[in-house]
Amino acid sequence: MSATLAFLQRVEKERYAAFAALAILSIVSALLSPFFLQWQNLLNIIRQVSYTGIIALGMTFVIVSGGIDLSVGSMAAFVGSLAMIVLNAASDAGLAQGTAVAGAIACAVLAGLACGLANGLLVTKGRIAPFIVTLGTMALFRSLSLYMANAGEFRSASSLFGELGSSAPLGVPLPALILLGLAAVLAFVFKRTRYGRYTRAVGSNSRVARYSAINVDTTRLAAYTVTGLMVGVSAVLIAMRFNSVGSSTLGVNYELDAIAAVIIGGTSMSGGRGTVWGTVVGAITLGVINNMLNMVGISPYLQGTVKGLVIIGAVFIQRQRQ
Amino acid sequence: MTDPLFRVRRLRKEFAGHAVLRDADAEIRRGEVLGLIGENGAGKSTFMKILSGIYEPTSGTLELEGRPIAFDSPSDARRAGVSIVPQEFNLAADLSVEENVFLGAELLKFGWLLDRARMRARTAELLAELGANVSPEDRIDSLSAAQKQLVEVGKALAFDARLLILDEPTTMLTRREIDRLFALMRSLKARGMALVYVSHKLAEVKAICDRVIVLKDGELVREAPIAEIEPAEMARCMVGRELREIYPPKREAAGSVVLEVRGLSSPGAFADVSFTAREGEILGFAGLVGAGRTEVAEALMGLRPSSGVVRIGGEDAKARNADQAVRRGLGYLSEDRQGSGILTGFGIAENMTLVSLRDYMSFAFVVDHEKESAKARTWRQRFGIKAGDLDAPLESLSGGNQQKVSLAKTLDPGPRVVIVDEPTRGVDVAAKQEIYLFLSELAGKGTALILISSELEEIIGMCDRVLVMREGRIVGELEGEAVQEREIMYLATGLQAGANA
Repeated sequence: MSATLAFLQRVEKERYAAFAALAILSIVSALLSPFFLQWQNLLNIIRQVSYTGIIALGMTFVIVSGGIDLSVGSMAAFVGSLAMIVLNAASDAGLAQGTAVAGAIACAVLAGLACGLANGLLVTKGRIAPFIVTLGTMALFRSLSLYMANAGEFRSASSLFGELGSSAPLGVPLPALILLGLAAVLAFVFKRTRYGRYTRAVGSNSRVARYSAINVDTTRLAAYTVTGLMVGVSAVLIAMRFNSVGSSTLGVNYELDAIAAVIIGGTSMSGGRGTVWGTVVGAITLGVINNMLNMVGISPYLQGTVKGLVIIGAVFIQRQRQ
Repeated sequence: MTDPLFRVRRLRKEFAGHAVLRDADAEIRRGEVLGLIGENGAGKSTFMKILSGIYEPTSGTLELEGRPIAFDSPSDARRAGVSIVPQEFNLAADLSVEENVFLGAELLKFGWLLDRARMRARTAELLAELGANVSPEDRIDSLSAAQKQLVEVGKALAFDARLLILDEPTTMLTRREIDRLFALMRSLKARGMALVYVSHKLAEVKAICDRVIVLKDGELVREAPIAEIEPAEMARCMVGRELREIYPPKREAAGSVVLEVRGLSSPGAFADVSFTAREGEILGFAGLVGAGRTEVAEALMGLRPSSGVVRIGGEDAKARNADQAVRRGLGYLSEDRQGSGILTGFGIAENMTLVSLRDYMSFAFVVDHEKESAKARTWRQRFGIKAGDLDAPLESLSGGNQQKVSLAKTLDPGPRVVIVDEPTRGVDVAAKQEIYLFLSELAGKGTALILISSELEEIIGMCDRVLVMREGRIVGELEGEAVQEREIMYLATGLQAGANA
């Protein structure tokens, strides 16, 4: 019994901290504003955090494997733009709306996958530091989307596309459902599969992993590819939400929010440790903070300040614990 | 001037109650090169580290010119005139020679501005004195090993060193460079400096030293003027201890040849290594640190590029990565447990199945936790690993238990040939004995075992046959009765076997 308890404490400690922080924050918010606990407000929060939350799921794998991906925001704009081009081209060609929308979704997902793969290949085969690779592709993806849209925006000609974006099956906004579904799948992959185990091993000590006959490059490559895939999903959901893609606005600062969600969720910045559900909690925590700041009337320009302090504080607490 | 420059009295150092230096008395005189020799683990490094202020002795005193002295830190020792040229260079590769010489003790103007002119001039002076063909502005990473060594010496001399300790200074030097280093040492000696020369190369000790002291198991067992002691006798003093009864009896060795290595070479590490290993045999790899033994193991495991032929059971087993090597029946226990053996943040069971995880899959990719824990329990019982909870992180275990987990990890895929590299490093005697027994049983079941060890006693106690490596080559093979400390030492250090014995 006590062994079980010790086991629970050890495994769940990182997650508990994030959950506890979220719980405290929610109580404070509820006290500050009576609107906080209204169903509509809660749904709003979870919808708002879904887009970066989905990306953060992939980012969890990258950070646990000992890397970082700064390009996710620009990549979202890039694959979102591609998806809109496909959507409109298909509509113009007179295809059924459903077919056009399916094509756009497939395009975003596949393009995201390809972009993530490119990042991963540069990191592993190119032997370039992840920070540098993704800083470069961050500039590259943004520039390509600005060029394609001539710095303007792509508007969707499909009404179905936009309707999907604001749909709420079972009363839950679509992106939130997808976030939770993907989190469940990736949490399983992370905790229960060989690949998940290897990701932690590589991030914990890549030399030990190499000596233990683990293919370090493939493991890292997969982490960036999963992130690309998540960016594709997220990009198409945002495009649906606005029924358009702004080449200069979509995905701005998403890398910040995604990395923040991962860290607040208790994943170690130095790799090797983390949880997928922690990241979901981290993303929601960020949303609650923004919501609270809005409700008490703090200038939206100061929200970045708070976010920055929360990220630094979370890493600081991790350091203290070590 | 009758006092020696430096004297140690009843110097003792213990780590966790285990004495590595036992009440050593010694003196170091002005204008003399003192040779300090001993096997790996004899206490040489500890002795040097106490002299240079890195360790504090458990008991005993240091005297400088007859007065007791205690060093709080290496810089403290440096100020008192004791400097060390370490075996592994301690230089910042991106900084210049001059910046390195004064690193941490920069000369200043007005108390805060770097006095670069003065540092450069002093460095140039030192380099000229050392006969180094190096400019103060050169970056360290543009220098050869010999030049870096001279920079280390320069760094030591920059602060009026009176005692200079050189730790294995010739391992990376060519014959000519060694001659120049010796000439330099003689001129420093002529100026009245005291030098301590630590080396495994006994012929060099004979050539440069005036006096020699021999450490064995932390005790100073011999002191002699160099004229009175020949290299063969030095080797004899270093070894020749009784084997403690911790080794299992040897088995009737050897079935058929399972591993065959021909002409294996890895540039810069070893060349033309050929040998075979039989089923049920324990084959030792002896040699000094840096002789290339670990590198051979890494090449066999595909962790280091190499050329040559490797066969296991007659089939090609040349591996390009560790995964291939494991699939072909090889297993490797790394000498560096923390750096490349185990994952400290991982649980015990997770560590044990790190290499063999694909054997624990259900539905092709999902880890079968039941199967994994069952196997981990088996290993725990077999090795007597003292841990209640198999999910406990590895850092909660003692060194010996960690090593057992690491060994379980290596053996879990069921390799036909197992290379164990320093399998008992940092492990207490009880765990040592258990590991020896287990390795012996493993060989008894037909596994070919290759034991790399710097502890001669271990090699002799365990091995049926021993290959000795020196400077990247296999220089000798000993079998049966011929497996003796003296013979191994002769081969490992490059002295003729049997000379003056």
